[in-house]
Amino acid sequence: MTAVPNIASSTQRSPLEALGNWLLQYILRPVLQILLFVFIAGGSISLLALVVGFVLQTDWHGIDILRVPARINLFEQVVRQLPNMLLDGITIGFVYAVIALGYTMVYGVLKFINFAHSEIFMVGGVVGYEVMIRLRAADMLSSLSPLVVIVLMIGVAMVICGTLATVVERVAYKPLRGAPRLVPLISAIGVSFFLTDFVRGFQALNRNVFNMPYPTDQVTFFNERIVLAQGVSTTNTTLIIIVSAIVMLVGLNYFVNATKIGKGIRAVSQDQATASLMGINVNLMITITFMVGGALGGAAGVLYGLKTTNVTPYIGFIPGLKAFTAAVLGGIGNITGAMLGGLLLGMLEAFFSALLPYFPALGLGYSDIFAFAVLILVLLFRPTGLLGKKVDEKV
Amino acid sequence: MTLLKLENVHTYYGHIHALKGISIEVNEGEVVTLIGANGAGKSTTLRTISGLARPRAGTVTFQGTALNNVPPHKITRMGVGHVPEGRRIFPELTVRENLEMGGFSVSSREVAERMERAFTLFPRVKERLNQLGGTLSGGEQQMLAMARGLLLNPRILLLDEPSMGLAPVLVDQIFDIIQELHAQGTTILLVEQNARMALQVADRGYILQSGQIVMGDSAKVLQESEVVRKAYLGEE
Ligand SMILES: Nc1ncnc2c1ncn2[C@@H]1O[C@H](COP(=O)(O)OP(=O)(O)OP(=O)(O)O)[C@@H](O)[C@H]1O
Ligand SMILES: [Mg+2]
Repeated sequence: MTAVPNIASSTQRSPLEALGNWLLQYILRPVLQILLFVFIAGGSISLLALVVGFVLQTDWHGIDILRVPARINLFEQVVRQLPNMLLDGITIGFVYAVIALGYTMVYGVLKFINFAHSEIFMVGGVVGYEVMIRLRAADMLSSLSPLVVIVLMIGVAMVICGTLATVVERVAYKPLRGAPRLVPLISAIGVSFFLTDFVRGFQALNRNVFNMPYPTDQVTFFNERIVLAQGVSTTNTTLIIIVSAIVMLVGLNYFVNATKIGKGIRAVSQDQATASLMGINVNLMITITFMVGGALGGAAGVLYGLKTTNVTPYIGFIPGLKAFTAAVLGGIGNITGAMLGGLLLGMLEAFFSALLPYFPALGLGYSDIFAFAVLILVLLFRPTGLLGKKVDEKV
Repeated sequence: MTLLKLENVHTYYGHIHALKGISIEVNEGEVVTLIGANGAGKSTTLRTISGLARPRAGTVTFQGTALNNVPPHKITRMGVGHVPEGRRIFPELTVRENLEMGGFSVSSREVAERMERAFTLFPRVKERLNQLGGTLSGGEQQMLAMARGLLLNPRILLLDEPSMGLAPVLVDQIFDIIQELHAQGTTILLVEQNARMALQVADRGYILQSGQIVMGDSAKVLQESEVVRKAYLGEE
């Protein structure tokens, strides 16, 4: 970053110019950056897929697990599957990215991994379900505009999960501040179990089921297909997930970089004592961080529910673990890194789920193993994660 | 009028008894300096005033209000501006954002006004507004730290070794600025290793030794005292 002495011009800008600058800095630039990340993640995975498809299409004598049935031309299959694979990777990648922000923000201010975040995410998914079935019961699910339905689901989930995360912080972490690092970690794991069992108990008492299928079939808009190219189509749901995620990422970028509170949070994450000497209420900033992280986690839960169309009290664990991984992959504490990490991990997962079925000796069940193996490799060579630590906190 | 008063203050770090019953007074408009060897407890005194450290016994009173149970951010908002030892610039905030943090509790309009005022004393800071704090040179960071302290618009400014690690020219400049602030009526409690210069700008001074005040008098008297000259001014 270079010094730009433009004080004179900054004080006497025309309002139009100011608006233009604002749009450029807080809307256009972050959106472009997100697109860039999509291209980086998508490009590298496409390349990987093509290379793997090419190399493994010939018979690898002796290595049984890499054997593809003779009638299949692997390279051709890869090429054919690539667009859908990318789309899948982007969708789930954005969900991971939104969850990962919760881990990374809390880590930024407290240097603490909030392992209960995965359960906040799960609660978000459950809240989305509750909103949906209530709308259905009121006969509004098919009559309301789908946009209103989405905004309601995400909005309610954000409010409830933001509040929940704040309460968790107040009850389970704040009293342990200053205790050895392992102690709040154990407390977080305890909260995780508590939330899972609480939701399970709640659903058991109310409905006697643990599966909470989203009634997405009631909203025709969700299931309408959009054709992107010949042979490549997807549903509106995918579009909703991607757009909502981008809106949240851009919103968070604005919050963190442009608002006073956001700057206060960054100051607290860099130096708590000095931040308090600036008149910043450190505890309040920490609370707000949990609130924002929790709200994002809740929204991600709804998006995940829309994608998988079924939530249970147990859905938090694996996506939570993957989002945490994404945060570490990108460089924990770094907001930009969490996004890149999420997209990369989503892509890796999509890549392996697309490819593994062609290997009878392996099968789909191994897709996570490979995704995490890649993570280990990256961390071996870059322990600080892809975007390290010394990077500007911009989305 | 007494602005700040410490009465028989004891501060501990765990078992370490860092301040052993300190009593200090700073009057409105004064520059008071706190002189002592390394580890004497100078920084601890400032930290106890701004609430980063808590006294186990004794009281800190600011404008008649006891600060013992007031959290640091509220003490700051009451008008105690602490520029801590070692600059403590937020490395990953820009210079402008660092300054904005100084004005965290006031409107952005007020921040802009205070910034302009600070720039008259620290023009160098103004030239680097969009640079990251961590990329400034040590001297520039010190300027920024002082400017950021002024953004707090404090009733009293606590300066912890503002000349540390600076080239002689910059040290002179820092002391000029302290004098300038004094002339503008700012109350200052100054901690310094450079006792000679500190006593030149100060009205009064205290000598701190292993957590105890061993002497407290006008700067003139201290400058002439045999003990001070030997121990702190390096004279024979
Ligand atoms: N965080 C801490 N934990 C334990 N002991 C501390 C801590 N901070 C300071 N001390 C001890 O308290 C005593 C006073 O320290 P303080 O920093 O106030 O000294 P100082 O006069 O500012 O010294 P210097 O001129 O080197 O800055 C020292 O003996 C120091 O070792
Ligand atoms: Mg000190």
